Amino acid sequence: MSTQLKEWPLWEIFVRSKQGLEHKHCGSLHAADAAQALEMARDVYTRRQEGVSIWVVESKAITASNPDEKGELFDPAADKIYRHPTFYEIPDEVGHM
Amino acid sequence: MYTQSFNVPDSPGAKTVALAPSSDDPALQAAFDTRIDADGRIEPQDWMPEAYRKTLVRQISQHAHSEIVGMLPEGNWISRAPSLKRKAILIAKVQDEGGHGLYLYSAAETLGTSRDQMLDGLHSGRAKYSSIFNYPTLTWADVGVIGWLVDGAAIMNQVPLCRCSYGPYARAMVRVCKEESFHQRQGYEALLVMMTGTEEQKAMVQDAVNRWWWKCLAMFGPPDADSPNSAQGMRWGIKRVSNDELRQKFVDATVPQAKVLGVTLPDPDLKWNAERQHYDYGQIDWAEFWETVNGNGPCNKERLATRVKAHNEGQWVRDAALTHAAKKQARSIKEAA
Ligand SMILES: [Fe+2]
Ligand SMILES: [Fe+2]
Repeated sequence: MSTQLKEWPLWEIFVRSKQGLEHKHCGSLHAADAAQALEMARDVYTRRQEGVSIWVVESKAITASNPDEKGELFDPAADKIYRHPTFYEIPDEVGHM
Repeated sequence: MYTQSFNVPDSPGAKTVALAPSSDDPALQAAFDTRIDADGRIEPQDWMPEAYRKTLVRQISQHAHSEIVGMLPEGNWISRAPSLKRKAILIAKVQDEGGHGLYLYSAAETLGTSRDQMLDGLHSGRAKYSSIFNYPTLTWADVGVIGWLVDGAAIMNQVPLCRCSYGPYARAMVRVCKEESFHQRQGYEALLVMMTGTEEQKAMVQDAVNRWWWKCLAMFGPPDADSPNSAQGMRWGIKRVSNDELRQKFVDATVPQAKVLGVTLPDPDLKWNAERQHYDYGQIDWAEFWETVNGNGPCNKERLATRVKAHNEGQWVRDAALTHAAKKQARSIKEAA
């Protein structure tokens, strides 16, 4: 057995806790392939019926934003306060809007 | 929460962590300090001082090892549980502990250490785990007492860790704490049942309490006065409550439980202090504690040997799973072609 086969790859686990809710990241685990990752995720993260559906994604398939570029990435939204309903003054008599 | 893979490193199993740069940049340090002071959370990709990372890797991996080695003393009793019901409960509890180990290894992996590295640390004897698991489980009452007192002490310790400054560790602890309450309750209830039994069974419970009580008090670690690293842990928001404070909380919570159960806690100095509004308790044998931590407890060698044996005997399973996965993948590529 070659050494590069030694450690199982890493998978990120997403669980839908109940019908109608989104899948939520709940952790990671090592598994040989997707089918095994699903089985292990079932055993590790849903032992008390915490889920009705599981997604597994190999960790290396995920591209994450770079925290160093947080500024460039998210700041452009900071000065666009007119995107929020509270930006607009509406007379009280109008009631809820 | 554990994914930070814009930089994919070498080995297939390693966490896809782009290690945050660790420089002595005062601006980075200041930003880190500000976030800690504001009770903010640090995430894997954020800059952190090297000492903070090292402390976390050590603490989280030791915590993970403790969960894994902690399966052994109770595992001894799975095949000898007194009923099918108790056996199913014990299997479920031991399985939970395996899961706790996994949550914690995953959290440590976000700091750039690999699972293999950590296991190597454990198996070579370099890494420490909670000393409490180096004592033997002599009778069925030990299983109950472990649930009640050992898991009880662990809960005291783990609840404040849910607010730890390192995000992945805090989230793992939330998951762990949700599962721990069953561990303590099943143990206490098993003892309640034994206490309705014969004189011999009651004596068995008392004997187990006598053997475990002081070891459980030592689980919280040395007194605050002798814990030089505690202050730094507090400063970093890794530790939230001091050793002595946690120990006191544990004593105060346990005394009334012992009374309901009908056992005495083996400490002549244990008594209510109206002035402090806490129970006073006697001296812990720290010399014995350190002996055990340093490898000379009654079961250190046996535990490590059992763990290494289990790991080695599972090697063919890990290899076979990879080979099977590779074969399946090759077949599906061929079919698609
Ligand atoms: Fe646990
Ligand atoms: Fe537990």
